[in-house]
Amino acid sequence: MSLKYIGLSEINGPLVALEGVSGIGYDEMAQINLSDGSKRLARVVEVSKDKAVLQVFEGTRGLSLENTVTRFEGRPMELPLSEEMVGRIFNGAGRPIDGLGEIFPEMSRDINGSPINPVSRVYPQNYINTGISSIDALTTLIRGQKLPIFSGSGLSHNKLAVQIVRQAKIADESGKGFAVVFGAMGVKNDVADYFKRSFEETGVLSRVVMFLNLSNDPIIERILTPRCALTCAEYLAFEKNMHILCILTDMTSYAEAVREFSSSKGEIPGRKGYPGYLYSDLASIYERAGIIKGSSGSVTQIPILTMPNDDITHPVPDLTGYITEGQIVLDRTLEQEGVYPAVSILPSLSRLMKDGIGEGFTREDHQTCANQLFAAYARVQDAKALASVIGEEELSESDKAFLNFGRLFEKYFLGQDFNENRSIEQTLDLGWALLSQLPREELDRVDDEHLDKFYDPDKLIALGYEK
Amino acid sequence: MDVIYSVNGPVVKVKGTKSFSMQEMVYVGKKRLIAEVIGVANDYTTIQVYEGTTGLLPGEPVEGTGSPMSVTLAPGIITNIFDGIERPLTRLEEISGAFIKDGSAVELLDEQKLYDTTVTVKVGDRIAPGVCYCTCPESAAVIHKCMLSPLAKGGEVVWTAQNGEHKITDEIIKVKDELGVETAYTMMQKWPIRTPRPCRERLPISKPLITGQRVIDTISPIAKGGTAAIPGGFGTGKTMTQHQLAKWCDADIIIYIGCGERGNEMTQVLTEFSELIDPRNGKPLTDRTMLIANTSNMPVAAREASIYTGITIAEYYRDMGYHIAIMADSTSRWAEALREISGRLEEMPAEEGFPAYLPSRIADFYERAGYVRTLGGSEGSVTIIGAVSPQGSDFSEPVTQNTKRFVRCFLALDKNLAYARHYPAINWNDSYSEYVEEIEGYFKENVAADFMEVRQEISSILSKENELMEIVKLMGSDVLPDDQKLLIETARVIRVGFLQQNAFHKDDTYVDLDKQYRMMKLILLLYHKGAEASSRGADVDAIKATGWFERLIKMKYDIPNDKVQMFDEYTDQLTEALDGLGA
Repeated sequence: MSLKYIGLSEINGPLVALEGVSGIGYDEMAQINLSDGSKRLARVVEVSKDKAVLQVFEGTRGLSLENTVTRFEGRPMELPLSEEMVGRIFNGAGRPIDGLGEIFPEMSRDINGSPINPVSRVYPQNYINTGISSIDALTTLIRGQKLPIFSGSGLSHNKLAVQIVRQAKIADESGKGFAVVFGAMGVKNDVADYFKRSFEETGVLSRVVMFLNLSNDPIIERILTPRCALTCAEYLAFEKNMHILCILTDMTSYAEAVREFSSSKGEIPGRKGYPGYLYSDLASIYERAGIIKGSSGSVTQIPILTMPNDDITHPVPDLTGYITEGQIVLDRTLEQEGVYPAVSILPSLSRLMKDGIGEGFTREDHQTCANQLFAAYARVQDAKALASVIGEEELSESDKAFLNFGRLFEKYFLGQDFNENRSIEQTLDLGWALLSQLPREELDRVDDEHLDKFYDPDKLIALGYEK
Repeated sequence: MDVIYSVNGPVVKVKGTKSFSMQEMVYVGKKRLIAEVIGVANDYTTIQVYEGTTGLLPGEPVEGTGSPMSVTLAPGIITNIFDGIERPLTRLEEISGAFIKDGSAVELLDEQKLYDTTVTVKVGDRIAPGVCYCTCPESAAVIHKCMLSPLAKGGEVVWTAQNGEHKITDEIIKVKDELGVETAYTMMQKWPIRTPRPCRERLPISKPLITGQRVIDTISPIAKGGTAAIPGGFGTGKTMTQHQLAKWCDADIIIYIGCGERGNEMTQVLTEFSELIDPRNGKPLTDRTMLIANTSNMPVAAREASIYTGITIAEYYRDMGYHIAIMADSTSRWAEALREISGRLEEMPAEEGFPAYLPSRIADFYERAGYVRTLGGSEGSVTIIGAVSPQGSDFSEPVTQNTKRFVRCFLALDKNLAYARHYPAINWNDSYSEYVEEIEGYFKENVAADFMEVRQEISSILSKENELMEIVKLMGSDVLPDDQKLLIETARVIRVGFLQQNAFHKDDTYVDLDKQYRMMKLILLLYHKGAEASSRGADVDAIKATGWFERLIKMKYDIPNDKVQMFDEYTDQLTEALDGLGA
């Protein structure tokens, strides 16, 4: 069934209204043909008996009340899917833009997806080795997890994401390999190019599906981009049994698009002008990660967001943190001190870590080592604060030891070369070597058995580091 | 036939009808989506839909059911997992696979399963509402008691079924009321979710809900029939704390409501609880647990209903004479669902876009907790423990503030403690419990006569430390006199050795009250003996050199839960070591 209507009755921002229509469903897609021959996509956002409100994806520029023909498609927005999508580049609404032509779809899926039944989920427990010490040891990434990177403008989150993609050992015998789905919402042209080039250089481009909505593309399309990317990811993971790493950047631009769209609809704003349903909206994206019964594939999400003004209490990082299973927080001070990756470990967290590490997964001493590193680094912050008031010389011996530990920890453990890929053994051994720079009685999270085994102040030199 | 006029997200309007009543359950559209009437006016009836509305057309039918939104109450609830409107998720999986589809009509409870039923009344007995007429084992840990509905008329039992295997739809008894009308009752009854179930009287609160978590049981105890809130920013361990309480607290039945939270967490509860054994009866924890999972991406209106579904089921089991603990994780998501629906109705917003009726809704919910004498005459209780997720970790936001007004135990989670991996990250200075006085007697009788004094001394050491830390932050700890240094060291033992508790350690994950008391006694002994030694001239470094501070920090691991006699050995050794100092 396709109904055509000539003309519009109202245009307001990206929204248009049609009166005297019937048989239009909520969330249905429509195509608007302009008199100059160009076409635009639109979606129904509100219907009543004889009126429908549509959002136009490519913007309403050039539209008038008379020069359009609207054709309703009778079904919600669907994305054509096929295995050939791997290695291709699409725009934010899922149309190919790499000049290689349309794909031949095996099936089409509603981009909004459906919620996964909690009883059909498999609890994620297999860890992903990223080769980055701060992540592997302290905020371990688990297959099927959603672990965002909280960053700020100008920090090296893109570099970190590329390093994770390059080094992540995600595939195993149970899945048919590994692919990356990359969704870019409102990113700068240069950033999109950086990812494309980096994927090319590291030889993974043939395993990447890219959905690009650049910062000068329409904001309405931006709302579709993560949904297209995740529909593609779910298809590859659950129909084709692949392990998918889905990188979504930048979620802050996405949320701003939602806000702009909401205010043009005249909705009541919540905090900082974002609509009250932002939590549900973000959840409908982030919850599309995991592993389900009956499929050997998985969707692991690494959304990247920039915290406006580095403020972690801003609604976007705040709501994200409540939905995702932890967060990796980057810190400007560390970055300025030349530490890469500048992971601020204290506010960082991986909620699924506790069940995916230890004997049989990483190493038996992993949890103990991580607990003690966190506790010790928290003490370093106290010592630093005190030193800035009374001066370093006046500190007690134990505070001095912690300050020294903090310096070595930031330099050797957090700091790591872009091309350095550390095994989990190397990472944990380094952790113990650094902890051994503290007096033994200060290690109050470790039992004697572990201390006897791992406490060795000379280990750091033996591993080739300087004190 | 009434038809849809307009659709806006989960809100549907029907024009020009008078056939619906408030809070009536209705079916919307050709897919027969489950919905509830939330507004009735002359020109429009407003309906909120508990499923996705994508593809819904104006003109599709709306069909009333004539009864309010209700839950079905019968054997088969415990060990099950439901969505927010009591649809069993395992059945939904059989119907629509791993992804939930809209319009999946399923029977709520298994009507084919046979239960080994014992009829507890005989022909000729008088029966009143709330009285039990048959029992059956529902799970290995729970005996289900079917009671005459509070709305039924009592009377004389004129017929009973035989003991033996029955389905929940089988007639069990027939009752003739004073007018001579005979009514048959099955094992199943319905109850509207927004109406509290009646009880005979509310009893005063007198017993603690023992959780085995030291910072809760001793510093801010929760009472059976009481209310508690656990507010905390993301990553501070709300869910971890709720899980710990659900695992170890001494309630008979746990109702865990995952309200707008993560899907993987619910899966975790499902897998973890089936592997864990309840220490009191040796059965898997799932045998006393039921789950309601309405994850953050499931329809928002069902999220709003999930809280009421949970509390109604809790009251039903309370009426059987059980003690129920409800974990609501998280009530902020429920409040946001209220806000979202309120926004769609274009109601006038109050603070931060929340509707003006938010406080009264929160009060209605928490007031359904209580320790009661049931209509049947037994004692039962419902304890509500609600997690709150304040926006931006700011406790002054409306949900936290309004919750604080209606709960009597406040367990504030602290970001800085969580950053230092001090779990549970309950801040002992910000948290409080108004139940301390009411349950004092229980501690005195069942743990130790001086339990309250010991607890008081521990908390005063902590609060003095809090004051001293202001100085230490500015000048370092070296400038303090010896008695204050000793206090700071003792406070460290309390914080790290006592308040901090390792949920993953086999002994430390649950600690009974006796061990908690002995731990506190030992820490105070160290403090007092240290003070004596110090007055004899020993300095704090010498006391530290005995290694007793470190030993007490690790005693939670070194003294197994079943070897409390080791505390006596510790007491003797400690006394000997410190009495020798400074002489």
